[in-house]
Amino acid sequence: MSTTAKTLEALANREYKWGFVSDIEADALPPGLNEDVIRLISAKKKEPEFMLEWRLRAYRHWVTMERTAGAPTWANVKYPPIDYQKIVYYSAPKQKGEGPASLDEVDPKLLETFEKLGIPLAEHKRLAGVAVDAVFDSVSVATTFKEKLAELGVIFCSFSEAVQNHPDLVRKYLGSVVPYTDNFYAALNSAVFSDGSFCYIPKGVRCPMELSTYFRINTAGSGQFERTLIIAEEGSYVSYLEGCTAPMRDENQLHAAVVELVALEGAQIKYSTVQNWYAGDAEGRGGIFNFVTKRGKCAGRRSKISWTQVETGSAITWKYPSVILQGDDSVGEFYSVALTANYQQADTGTKMIHIGKNTRSTILSKGIAAGHGNNTYRGLVKILPRATNARNYTQCDSLLLGDRCGAHTFPYIEVGNASSIAEHEASTSKISDEQLFYCKQRGISGENAVSMIINGFCKEVFKNLPMEFAVEATKLLGVSLEGSIG
Amino acid sequence: MDTVVTAKDRYVAEFEALERQGALESPSWLVPVRRTAISRFAERGFPTTRDEDWRYTNLAALAATPFRPAGDTVAAGLPAEALERLGLGGTDWPRLVFLDGWYSAKHSSMRPLPGGGRVGSLAEAMITDGELVERHLARHAAWDANVFAALNTAFVQDGAFVYLAPEARGEVPIELLFVASSPGVLAQPRNMIVAGPHSRVTVVERYVGLTDEAYFTNVVTEIVAGPGSAIDHYALQEQGADAFHVATIHATLERDSAFSTCGASFGGRLGRTTLTLKFGGEGARGALSGLYVVGGHQHVDNHVTVDHAVPHCASQQLYKGVLDGHARAVFNGRIIVRPHAQKTDANQTNKHLLLSDGVEVDSKPQLEIFADDVKCTHGAAEGQLAPEALFYLKSRGLGEETARALLTYGFAREVVERVAVEPIQAYLDRTLMARLHRRRATEES
Amino acid sequence: MLSIRNLCAGVEGKEILKRIELEVRAGEIHAVMGPNGSGKSTLAQVLAGHPAYTVTAGQVTYLGQDLLAMPPEERARAGVFLAFQYPVEIPGVSNAYFLKAAVNEQRSRQGLEELDAMEFLELLEEKLELVEMDRSFVNRPVNEGFSGGEKKRNEILQLAVLEPRLAILDETDSGLDIDALKVVAEGVNRLRRPDNAMVLVTHYQRILNYVEPDHVHVLFDGRIVKSGGKELALELERKGYDWIREEAAAVQPAGA
Repeated sequence: MSTTAKTLEALANREYKWGFVSDIEADALPPGLNEDVIRLISAKKKEPEFMLEWRLRAYRHWVTMERTAGAPTWANVKYPPIDYQKIVYYSAPKQKGEGPASLDEVDPKLLETFEKLGIPLAEHKRLAGVAVDAVFDSVSVATTFKEKLAELGVIFCSFSEAVQNHPDLVRKYLGSVVPYTDNFYAALNSAVFSDGSFCYIPKGVRCPMELSTYFRINTAGSGQFERTLIIAEEGSYVSYLEGCTAPMRDENQLHAAVVELVALEGAQIKYSTVQNWYAGDAEGRGGIFNFVTKRGKCAGRRSKISWTQVETGSAITWKYPSVILQGDDSVGEFYSVALTANYQQADTGTKMIHIGKNTRSTILSKGIAAGHGNNTYRGLVKILPRATNARNYTQCDSLLLGDRCGAHTFPYIEVGNASSIAEHEASTSKISDEQLFYCKQRGISGENAVSMIINGFCKEVFKNLPMEFAVEATKLLGVSLEGSIG
Repeated sequence: MDTVVTAKDRYVAEFEALERQGALESPSWLVPVRRTAISRFAERGFPTTRDEDWRYTNLAALAATPFRPAGDTVAAGLPAEALERLGLGGTDWPRLVFLDGWYSAKHSSMRPLPGGGRVGSLAEAMITDGELVERHLARHAAWDANVFAALNTAFVQDGAFVYLAPEARGEVPIELLFVASSPGVLAQPRNMIVAGPHSRVTVVERYVGLTDEAYFTNVVTEIVAGPGSAIDHYALQEQGADAFHVATIHATLERDSAFSTCGASFGGRLGRTTLTLKFGGEGARGALSGLYVVGGHQHVDNHVTVDHAVPHCASQQLYKGVLDGHARAVFNGRIIVRPHAQKTDANQTNKHLLLSDGVEVDSKPQLEIFADDVKCTHGAAEGQLAPEALFYLKSRGLGEETARALLTYGFAREVVERVAVEPIQAYLDRTLMARLHRRRATEES
Repeated sequence: MLSIRNLCAGVEGKEILKRIELEVRAGEIHAVMGPNGSGKSTLAQVLAGHPAYTVTAGQVTYLGQDLLAMPPEERARAGVFLAFQYPVEIPGVSNAYFLKAAVNEQRSRQGLEELDAMEFLELLEEKLELVEMDRSFVNRPVNEGFSGGEKKRNEILQLAVLEPRLAILDETDSGLDIDALKVVAEGVNRLRRPDNAMVLVTHYQRILNYVEPDHVHVLFDGRIVKSGGKELALELERKGYDWIREEAAAVQPAGA
């Protein structure tokens, strides 16, 4: 085998650094799903009546969907059917009393887990001023900087807390962007969601620090159903980061999350995801099934929502962060790097729906496929007839490492008026022998050369990540592609 | 739902009637194929918008209307002068004329092919060149997945047959003229173009409607480019205002062959072309281009698939559409590069010019790549006339309307420029200008 | 410094280099000329270790080491530099980043501390001045969107930054107009030192007007058929390559 091929082989078989398991006692319900489970979840979380009602309506809708059509099958991914009765829908690390008042009270083993992941929960080790909410299995464990943020009127807490302390806000916006009728997994999530993050930025406030949440799935057989809601009022700004990891397990675990973003007039929400779920071993066993519905609504004029994601994990990824450009002059952006290696499959992309006037959307998607990975970009740019003067620019590039992987693009461009412009470009390439030789002739090792070229390929996307996380993303890509190169 | 079923059943009944009359008996090897094809059609029926390949093209109107095949006496009714006007190549080009799906020897003009080969009706070829027809007929276009191809295959009776012997070179283009003169008619021509090794030929398919009332043409053209051969193919559609035109074109390119096709759509109420290019041997090159200029409530749909099944082949696609009124265009360009199809060079460009607010464009340029040492790009753009360009022309004294017409013409011309045959290029230019003028007239009125 | 003995190499079964013999000492500039297809570029690529070529016989000793046994990056870190005839593009990777990585790999091999961004930029500034090139080169992605002339000048910039012991310039002059040629030649001259050596592979004599070679060799059909001083280049210019062809045909019967 040529050196190039060997280099690529090693890169495709990278090891998962975060595959350890934390031995922590969990308070879990037995597997299975029925109305009683829903009531139990709601009771355990001490939710008000309206919340339980909402869950039950969603559950009943989901049951209808399951019975009639079953889970959706159109994505370009193949997976064995999921038995929804075998999943544990609630698992919380056992805590003393009502929950930690401060980090001192949090189970040290839990803290250790997060330390190992490099996530700073201790205030004195803060990461350049980032507020962190840690979610272990389905429960939010700790949130830093709450007081400082509260001074500005910014609410950043777990979703469960928000349901209790800010029910009006939750009630007003929950389901306004992703109704439970939207799709199969959204319905399931709406019924059984356990926790997630809630952010509210009041009028005119520029959130002074990045808000960040880390999820980790630990209990075997459990599913993770987070619900995140971010509301940015008029003229406000927030940058939010979501990062994820999970231990190595043989059975697949289900992650069906829903994220709703609402940006009112002149507001701006930046949502970044650096995702490294366990991808399954080299033979494709185990790994996380990642089905996420993420949608932002630019409800007000001149509002802006940007999605930036770096995906290197998950056995099966199925997500289309979308933006509904309802307000006039609103802007939607989507920047993505998706890496598939071994036997991973990714079917991901975005939807930009132009409704208001003078709206703009930019899509930049970079896919890297290696090993036997299959990387599919599926995007929709829909410009409604009344969305006059809309502008869209889409660029999808794929980099193929090796000849047993696949890269596909399925863009749908639907234009309904004559004053808009939509442009789409796509290209596929590989790291050429010429490029590798050029780098080597300048003394750069094969592995570093590949790394450099891949980073060059992803650069335009990385520069949209908040600075701290751009570094993490670069490292993650490097680690993901690190192999034992001889 | 009910109307869909009714029309479909009518066609099935029609088939059975023809069978009973003994009209579908020969050649005998085709009989089981016909039967499988009709049952395929019966099973699936006409596609609906829930089928991914038809998601933007609504066939309800087509599916609801039971068209009937024309009787074979139609040919007699058309005066020769009418055809003279329609011909592109004057008396120079060999020409096959079909009226409402039936071959008219009286109106056709044949000439022997230099180097050997045959141009004639498929029905005759089934007798004279039976073995060749059997080798290729219904072996290429995938009629089990494509319902329209299945329908056509079930009813195959006539069409054009063009065969070039090895090393033969057609000196002038061969014109296949399909004229629709009667409303309510279903014409299903079946064309076969087979180029022997190292031969060269230009073939022009032309569809013209003499009536503005509804009729339905369902044509299938199978093309085989033998090793080292070169085929230059055109499909020019100028059907009547209310016509339904569904064309399935399948080209198989063997080693080192070159194939180019240009499809122009101007007429019809609903036009759909499903074009598939399959690379069967290394070193082959394919160039696909299309131009459509539509307005009113016209609907044009181009579904193109280029299948790089072997290494070292190159393909290029350029599709441009001009939309006005409340027209709708659908473009789906799929490039598949199979595993091991290394050194593939494929690119695709699709652009739409939108001239009025009632239009709609649905574009889906797709890439499915399974090999890594390849160069694949595609680009799609939908937009209007560039304001800077308009301003520039105006600053040189041109009026608004003239400036717009000029720029639109310029946009479309990129496709016309690639046409190698002068009379066809002239025809496209004329038709383009006429449409643009007509547009201006309707807008101003 | 460089000793080539009996070198035979080819690509995909076809033999291109046939028993090349060449000695290059420190401080020298050698020009290798020849018509198209003579194997000039192949020689350059083989010395740099291009994977497409297979060496079928012979030895190459570089600073006492067996060059052919070293992978390309090792040869580079040992001080071999190839200025490519057709430099490839590396989108998204800036010149600065690329060169810093290259410089630091060399330094760590030599046991020196790596340069940080500031230090490297200082070094780069110095070199930019030396080869009279614009700062704008620094942040542009490697060769992306560069004109032919810019690509060649970029190769010279890299030469200046990496300070190799043995620089092989593969038709660096082709495709350049006279002004660009002078800039490149000037850069090359300024980089000459008593402890480094250069091999200029070129089709035309032009560049040798500005970069004076110590030895000139003519390559024809994979063999060095003539060697001499700089006058040989002038003779070649006057008589053209046909002269070489005729001489070679006379010496070797066809089919040898």
